[in-house]
Amino acid sequence: MIELNHVSKTFQVGKKKIEALKDVSLTIRKGEIFGVIGFSGAGKSTLIRCINLLERPTSGHVIVDDKDILKLSKRDLLKLRRKIGMIFQGYNLLETASVYENIAIPLKLEGVAKDEIERRTEKYLDIVGLTDRRDAYPSQLSGGQKQRVAIARALAHEPEVLLSDEATSALDPNTTESILELLLKINAELGITIFLITHELNVIQRVCDRVAVMEKGQIVEQGSVVDIFARPKEAMTQQFIRNESRLSIPESIRRDLLKSGRLVNLTFLGESAKDPFLATVAKKFDVLPSIIAGGIDQLKDQSIGNLLVHLKGDRSETEAAIQYLKQQEILVEEADY
Amino acid sequence: MSNFISQWGSAIGQGFIETVEMTVISLAFSLVIGILLAILLVLTRKGGQGQNVWIYAFFNALINIIRSIPFIILLFFILPFTHALVGTTIGVKGVIVPLVVACAPYVARLLESAMLEVDHGIIEAYQAMGISTPKIIWYVVVREARSSIILGLTIATISLIGETAMAGFVGAGGLGDLAYQFGYVRFQPDVMYAVIIILIVIVQIIQSLGTGIARKLKKN
Repeated sequence: MIELNHVSKTFQVGKKKIEALKDVSLTIRKGEIFGVIGFSGAGKSTLIRCINLLERPTSGHVIVDDKDILKLSKRDLLKLRRKIGMIFQGYNLLETASVYENIAIPLKLEGVAKDEIERRTEKYLDIVGLTDRRDAYPSQLSGGQKQRVAIARALAHEPEVLLSDEATSALDPNTTESILELLLKINAELGITIFLITHELNVIQRVCDRVAVMEKGQIVEQGSVVDIFARPKEAMTQQFIRNESRLSIPESIRRDLLKSGRLVNLTFLGESAKDPFLATVAKKFDVLPSIIAGGIDQLKDQSIGNLLVHLKGDRSETEAAIQYLKQQEILVEEADY
Repeated sequence: MSNFISQWGSAIGQGFIETVEMTVISLAFSLVIGILLAILLVLTRKGGQGQNVWIYAFFNALINIIRSIPFIILLFFILPFTHALVGTTIGVKGVIVPLVVACAPYVARLLESAMLEVDHGIIEAYQAMGISTPKIIWYVVVREARSSIILGLTIATISLIGETAMAGFVGAGGLGDLAYQFGYVRFQPDVMYAVIIILIVIVQIIQSLGTGIARKLKKN
């Protein structure tokens, strides 16, 4: 539904050229939630702005519904933008307008009929759960409520795609969770495709079907969220995932454990968790496995289990045990570093 | 006291009406010209939606030049222009032109800075919704800036009242002229005191009104 082909964007700042995007290509499928993650300055914001041409790419193509939107006339571009909703980290509501007016005014400016404006405003206020706050002003609302108004405003145009520019980055964890739930709901119930950018791994983890990892204007890795979580290939991706979800233990404990054996990180996906492989390892080889740490990451529609296991035993036995584990339906990563 | 009123009441009343007349008419013209100039500046400035270095530089310089000239000098300096425009250089009609020429660039500057205060993110959000630039300027930028705009206009109105005092030089009358002609030239200080008190009251009322309306429009 949305395709970016070899998109590059260069900014001229004084005499310096800044390459915000370098040959970025990705495809967003209809109905999915696609996330881009990266540290700040990676080019995510420029990327998301290329989809509705708030930024014009220096080169490359942006295809929306089989049309190269860089070739659209000014008028057609305005029309296209109405089919692409957008929400922001800073909410960007009119401070001088009530919740109701914030949703209704853009519709009025677009020329939507009066009773239709009323119908849609009521409907989307209800969907985001703010019907009782319709006459409040933004300054009277919490961050989460403001973002809900912004979401209702975007939805009221009945778009096919919703772009989310760090929409939860200014919110506390509980509020983030409730906004993410709302995004999942509108994706599932209204069938709206969502493209989001974030620097928070848990956002990707919670709602996205597919993810791309960005670094210095380039996409370094992309794929389904489950794959990226289970088998991060690039250093950048591993860094992100390890930062937030991988198990770590204090260095002194690690050193002690390594004196008497090896450390492995085991990752289980869905079904593979059922076999009693640790018991099997203990029986088959002369090793004593013990669980040092563990955790479960809940993805959108799957969970991933992580265990940090210590295998006590001599070098050859533990090596054989690790080789055995690697043949099973689990992901083994040696954690001896 | 009653003596004073019966002697000067009608002259002061007349002056008051002339001052109000000059202020209101000039303000109306200045507002129209000022708001257009302000929008032009906001649009054509670097990073604006219709960035144009030359247009911006021209109007920016023009505004600065006019604002550099003290009103009393401007009044005489543009006499030929005033005559060409309204066919006379005296009376209320003759003073409206220089008042507008002096006030419109001032209003433009005040409105420009009020409009630049509006968060760029809001403009971007409306662009992302496919709203055209003229509509964004009017319904988003001017709307969001309206509180600061009212405060700016309050300042402009008060300085305009000050400028009308010089209108006496071209025979337009007004309170300022009354205070000068009778209070100073003919040694009638009580006329001057009365005029000063009336001016203080007018300015107080305008400022309180402006502040009050601005606060009400702000909504936060």
